Amino acid sequence: MKICITAQGDNLDADVDPRFGRCQYFIIVDTETLEFEAVSNPNIDSSGGAGIQSGQLIAKKQVSTILTGNVGPNAFSTLKAVGVEVITGVSGKIKDAIEKYKSNGFQTTKGPSVDSHFGTS
Amino acid sequence: MIIAVASGKGGTGKTTLAVNLALSLNNVQLLDCDVEEPNAHIFLKPCIEKVQKVFIPVPEIDEKKCTYCGKCREVCAYNAFAVVPPQQNRKGSILVFTNLCHGCGACSFFCPHQAITEVNKEIGIIEAGYCGSIQFVHGKLNVGEAMAPPVIRKVKDYIDPNKTVIIDAPPGTSCPVVSSMKGSDFCLLVTEPTPFGLNDLVLAVEVVRKLKIPFGVVINRSDLGDNKTEEYCAKENISVLMRIPFQKKIAQAYARGISIVEKIPEYRNKFLQLFEDIKETKLK
Repeated sequence: MKICITAQGDNLDADVDPRFGRCQYFIIVDTETLEFEAVSNPNIDSSGGAGIQSGQLIAKKQVSTILTGNVGPNAFSTLKAVGVEVITGVSGKIKDAIEKYKSNGFQTTKGPSVDSHFGTS
Repeated sequence: MIIAVASGKGGTGKTTLAVNLALSLNNVQLLDCDVEEPNAHIFLKPCIEKVQKVFIPVPEIDEKKCTYCGKCREVCAYNAFAVVPPQQNRKGSILVFTNLCHGCGACSFFCPHQAITEVNKEIGIIEAGYCGSIQFVHGKLNVGEAMAPPVIRKVKDYIDPNKTVIIDAPPGTSCPVVSSMKGSDFCLLVTEPTPFGLNDLVLAVEVVRKLKIPFGVVINRSDLGDNKTEEYCAKENISVLMRIPFQKKIAQAYARGISIVEKIPEYRNKFLQLFEDIKETKLK
């Protein structure tokens, strides 16, 4: 099964990026084989709607679930529309987050965890 | 002449300056362009004679015609669309985030299936009236809306070139500030002599220089804080046109919605002098 994790670096030893729309990388990983692809996020500097565009980007990668720190309201609506399960409050190393996910250590998030523009620096 | 009063940092005294300048001059308009929280009316207590709604066109999708091709998302510069193409067992869907929409019309123009029409969305109101002989106009952006510039442009539609126009701009250096300042003949940057005041003054100076608007600085509460703002202005060859010292009397009047010139009439001459200095600085 393929899932996506927002990351501050391009490998499994990187830390989880707490932002969704404006994270550094999307790590798309197969939870069985741990084969992964790191996608650099083109929406980091967008003036608005970063979450909406990031939501559509990962939908194209056909992942079932997104693991991240926080998700804003527009991103949440988009992820819901594309049918991607959202898990927020994730932190630490990417590889540890994958292990925790595999052992059912997370719960699905039912709504946005932060307000718009939370990840704008 | 159009004079914009701006600041960078909030709470430095833009409205105080704008209101007192307006009260000291003749044949004047005061346009409060801080549409997210206008407050000049608290001091001027104008008689509102006209209320006008402000709309922006936003897209409405006819899902019967939409093929979820994604053209609208592609052409939207503001990321206001999410388009989900249909998959094996799920029909496609399209989401419009109207609070990100700037009303540019690109989506309806480029939609290959004529599935998008533009509908008006009310984002705020304009109120216009008089305070004695001062013509007063301000805008109010609806709570929850993010697009201040369309409301600001409507306020500025009232500009009368035969009058001295004073624009009370919002704080900061972003789009609403640029929309407010644009087209002005002069910009007064109000600051306070604190590290925060100076930091944001430097940013505001960059904006007015980019817009090529002649400008000068007013230092409010000038006897508090430090000397760094004066040093910066001297170094950058920026005219400090007025210094208003901190006075309990002014603060007390302010807290009751009373202007400086109403409380301390001698100040009228200082604001008249400021106006003369503005005209002189502008010619330099």
